Amino acid sequence: MKLTLRVWRQKNADADGTMSTYEVDGIAKDMSFLEMLDTLNESLILSGEDPVAFDHDCREGICGACSLVINGEAHGPERTTTCQLHMRAFSDGDTIDIEPWRASAFPVVKDLVVDRGAFDRIIQSGGYITAPTGAAPEAHATAVPKPAADTAFEHAECIGCGACVAACPNGSAMLFTSAKVNHLGVLPQGAPERESRVLDMVERMDAEGFGGCTLTGECATACPKGIPLFSITRMNREFVRAARKRG
Amino acid sequence: MEGCVLTVGLMAALDTRTDRRPSFAGLLWGSTVGKKTAMAVSGIVMLLYLVVHMLGNLKIFFGAGTFDGYAAWLRTIGEPFLHHEWFLWIARVVLVAAVVTHAVAAYQLSRRDIAARPVKYARPSPGRHPRWRRFAPPLSRRRRASYATRTMRWGGIILGLFIVWHILDLTTLTVNPHAAPGHPYANVVATFSTWYGDVIYIVAMLALGLHVRHGFWSAAQTLGAGSAARDRALKTTAHALALLLTAGFISVPVAVMTGLVS
Ligand code: HEM
Ligand code: SF4
Ligand code: FES
Repeated sequence: MKLTLRVWRQKNADADGTMSTYEVDGIAKDMSFLEMLDTLNESLILSGEDPVAFDHDCREGICGACSLVINGEAHGPERTTTCQLHMRAFSDGDTIDIEPWRASAFPVVKDLVVDRGAFDRIIQSGGYITAPTGAAPEAHATAVPKPAADTAFEHAECIGCGACVAACPNGSAMLFTSAKVNHLGVLPQGAPERESRVLDMVERMDAEGFGGCTLTGECATACPKGIPLFSITRMNREFVRAARKRG
Repeated sequence: MEGCVLTVGLMAALDTRTDRRPSFAGLLWGSTVGKKTAMAVSGIVMLLYLVVHMLGNLKIFFGAGTFDGYAAWLRTIGEPFLHHEWFLWIARVVLVAAVVTHAVAAYQLSRRDIAARPVKYARPSPGRHPRWRRFAPPLSRRRRASYATRTMRWGGIILGLFIVWHILDLTTLTVNPHAAPGHPYANVVATFSTWYGDVIYIVAMLALGLHVRHGFWSAAQTLGAGSAARDRALKTTAHALALLLTAGFISVPVAVMTGLVS
């Protein structure tokens, strides 16, 4: 396949960026989107140009490092991560727009790489449980009801990629934050911090400059892990409950 | 020595654990999640009022005597416990509080939302390929946010302006062409006998329908009442409420225009 790429190039956090146009040829349908970018970068390096910087790590859809807004959609046209998106989703001769996540809480570092440290700080503020260290506890010491285990698992699937923020017209981190609040909040192990967790994480989320939720649902549409929009509903309920108890 | 370590440990623990949180109201108004709760509650208060208001308006179809009598009765509610018109004034104070809370929260949250996403994408999202949308959970299957969702801010501004116009027209009678205190029937007919009176009213009521359609469902999510199992019921109720309010309110100017009410 031969493709025209329009890629966001930005030297550093302070520089102005622009969309630059590149032609790539010899792209196989079975290449992943990132392999296609590797091909572009090889040719850029050979011609002495600066390769396009983009984030990636596992390349198997589990780490959440890869990002990219492709043709206006976070992680591109399929419901998966960019590393698991394959070129068969495109056709020969296509023009593809590639941009970084856009949100003021995710400043661009270089080209397509953004700083997602805000997510780490939200997790640090309450996305943990207090557990004694040492020998692993007996697995059956704390009984977890099946529905709670299912809910926890559904929300634990979040890989922290930030597609929800990128897709949201308000740059809101509600889906990400609610995934962790609900994952830990429904488990008996997470019960001691149930109230402080949601209050602290929402406070941190706001302090990082993310927008609020207007329930447009764009986040849940973009999420490669299928975190449901009702996760936000559940966190809203948790927040008011915690504010009443702790306020 | 051990006591010393224990004290240090305790102090460290206290350091992290004794931060005092704001009051319940402070926690709500001070966060995006809580401020949205204030919007949802004030929105529901206005919504309940509008349902009653719309039903009351329908009395216009029973003639001037019934309608004016109903308006006069509104002033006597709660007597003799409440003095004349007290109930009306209590309702007005509650409504003004709701409108102000709702509008201030909307303004503050909207400013924040716009600041949080300063750069637009080069190409707007085309929506997911139908083939892939099948695999999305039910809620995320929507191509893009609906029209009602995308017009909440503009719709809200239209409603805010309309509320001011409406009070000047039929409460204070400042801009009413007939302006006869104590004769609401004649005043209503006079307003809807002007083309601008009809246009302003009908546009505002269409905006109201859209606002309620997303607003009711949205408020249920904000207040934590939504769930996958309840979603269909909530959406149906939102649509029914929106349709009922819009149709009910618009029936009055239409009746005047067609000469059914004169
Ligand atoms: C003063 C004029 C008004 C303004 C400026 C306004 C503005 C807004 C805005 C910006 C939203 C948030 C939209 C979103 O989250 O996407 C909203 C939500 C809402 N509005 Fe209004 N609105 C107004 C009047 C009304 C009226 C008259 C009603 C009564 C029917 C109402 C009921 C609601 C409800 C129920 C919500 C949902 C709250 C939530 O999302 O939790 N609004 N309004
Ligand atoms: S909620 Fe979904 S889109 Fe958001 S960070 Fe987690 S996995 Fe990514
Ligand atoms: S590179 Fe790890 S999820 Fe894409």
